Amino acid sequence: MEILVCIKRVPDTAENEFELNSAGNDIDRDDLVYSVNEWDNYAVEEAIQIVGEHGGSVTVVSVGDDESEEVLRREMAMGADNGILLSDDAFEDSDSRGIASILKAEVEKGNYDLILTGAQADDGAAEVGGMLAAMLDLPYASLVNQIDIDGDKHIKVGREIEGGNKEMNEIELPCVLSIQTGINEPRYVGIRGIRKVAQIEIPVKGASDLGIDAGSVGKDGAKMKRIDYFVPDLGEGAEMLEGSTDEIIEKLIEKLKSKGGLA
Amino acid sequence: MAQIFAYIPHKDGVADDIAYEIQAAAGKLDSNAQVTAIVTGSGDTLDKVAGHLTSLFKEVIKIGHDDLAYPNAEVVRKALCNVLPSDAIILAPHNTFGMDLVPGLSIKFDSACASDVIDFEGTEGATLKIVRQVLGGIISTHNDLDISNGAVIAIRPGAFAPVEDGSEGGTIVDKSGDAGDISTKRRFLEIVEAEVGDVDITKSDVLVSIGRGIEEEENIGVAQELAEAMGAVVSCSRPIVDAKWLEKSRQVGTSGQTVKPKVYLALGISGSFQHMGGIKGDPFIIAINKNANAPIFQVADVGIIGDILEFMPELTEKIKDL
Ligand SMILES: Cc1cc2nc3c(=O)[nH]c(=O)nc-3n(C[C@H](O)[C@H](O)[C@H](O)COP(=O)(O)OP(=O)(O)OC[C@H]3O[C@@H](n4cnc5c(N)ncnc54)[C@H](O)[C@@H]3O)c2cc1C
Repeated sequence: MEILVCIKRVPDTAENEFELNSAGNDIDRDDLVYSVNEWDNYAVEEAIQIVGEHGGSVTVVSVGDDESEEVLRREMAMGADNGILLSDDAFEDSDSRGIASILKAEVEKGNYDLILTGAQADDGAAEVGGMLAAMLDLPYASLVNQIDIDGDKHIKVGREIEGGNKEMNEIELPCVLSIQTGINEPRYVGIRGIRKVAQIEIPVKGASDLGIDAGSVGKDGAKMKRIDYFVPDLGEGAEMLEGSTDEIIEKLIEKLKSKGGLA
Repeated sequence: MAQIFAYIPHKDGVADDIAYEIQAAAGKLDSNAQVTAIVTGSGDTLDKVAGHLTSLFKEVIKIGHDDLAYPNAEVVRKALCNVLPSDAIILAPHNTFGMDLVPGLSIKFDSACASDVIDFEGTEGATLKIVRQVLGGIISTHNDLDISNGAVIAIRPGAFAPVEDGSEGGTIVDKSGDAGDISTKRRFLEIVEAEVGDVDITKSDVLVSIGRGIEEEENIGVAQELAEAMGAVVSCSRPIVDAKWLEKSRQVGTSGQTVKPKVYLALGISGSFQHMGGIKGDPFIIAINKNANAPIFQVADVGIIGDILEFMPELTEKIKDL
């Protein structure tokens, strides 16, 4: 099974407290900690497990700047065989459609049976996988939390739907799947693992290598353009308890008592 | 502006409550719009839901086919492509079905796409200003959407205050004949129900709920001791279940349990809409989080900025001393 996994380098929501920059047109990106998008990491682990059992190879691809090389290498340290970086000034400020069309150009250069994306990334849009599938005219399933390889014509996939129920589908290969967290337990990657793959070459491809018209992607090609970032008006918000830890706990216990929070 | 269509999901002949929110969202998008509901399905249940929706919408399009009996988004997408004009503005819910349908539909129609939209702020020419959140809801963004060639927009459940049930007396238009070829390469097999766990968190009046802020599996015991002292039950957010630290049956949220406690103590939980979507009945919410900007503080009744790993043991001790 030849598997391509699309990954993205994102600011880590668990490691950062985000603030707006002084101009208010972006988040303050100085000193942000970046990592591979959580959903993508599950997708790579799944691909590695499938190839481990059924043979084939795993390629990770990312649309991004030079720094995205670090997440490609991280996932190669996990066990992905190849990495490809799609990078060009013309790709900057692409919307989901732009990203999907850049990925499409790379998919068409390969011969993949299975294309995986994370279910969503830092924008919470959950769009790239479904768009890529539609552009390639391949079948698609989102929020996949189970993959059973039971043939080379089609596979069984479970989609996580509301309430944690699972929707089972049979889907023809090749296909595009977006992966939901929890599908597996991604392996740990140590510094040593990353050092091992430090020398492997990661090809970088731009718009002309991919045969992409620069005007169809990036800001010019986008049908959705971000204008600004803002912190929403908190409205009433919570009543904040302040003071020393002892004082706060005392107030908290009073609240709990009055609301029936202590049996 | 092009015509607005609202895709309404339904189950057992009853429209999803999101119908009222989508109608509200359409009104916010364009107050003069005539909104057409669109339902797909088969047999009696389709007729029933179409009939019901005529009270809310002036026009209801129904597309019936045996292959639409279960809402497989791949099949629904094909049907919609064959029935709707490609410059339509289509609204759908941003739930597990919408996420499956919307992005691909926008490509097939070559129209704009926006997902998880929480507000509309007016149109200027062919540009629609939308609001959505990024980075787990910590920060919001305004975006310009070029709707000159139509748009497919997924709205966040719970973001638009639902309209009241109306008395439109709308008409039903049967477009089943226009559905055309809806064969696809993905076939729905069955639904496997979520497993039942050892505790039923939906029965508890007081929940001590932990999120990624618990940091290590070893710390879960600390939360359990607090819950015991309070006479409460431990529940959690999704990452705790993904890490296999607690059973799926303890997960609160859209892809977990819907709970209705009296008191909800959220410890190290950021307050994503998927998590909050599982909390009903307006409980008294207390949030402890080390990040003052965590979105949970917008919805909590009482907030404490601090480290839960320091707070939990002290709170447990104080409660035991009472
Ligand atoms: C289709 C879909 C369905 C989903 N369904 C669900 C669902 O049912 N339930 C659910 O919960 N999520 C669900 N999610 C995931 C959801 O989007 C969020 O990723 C998740 O809720 C985040 O969990 P969290 O708040 O525990 O973690 P985070 O968002 O990482 O937040 C952790 C918080 O802990 C704080 N913190 C860290 N350390 C400490 C400390 N020592 N003391 C105090 N505070 C600390 C941080 O400031 C942060 O605010 C779903 C996602 C998708 C795409």
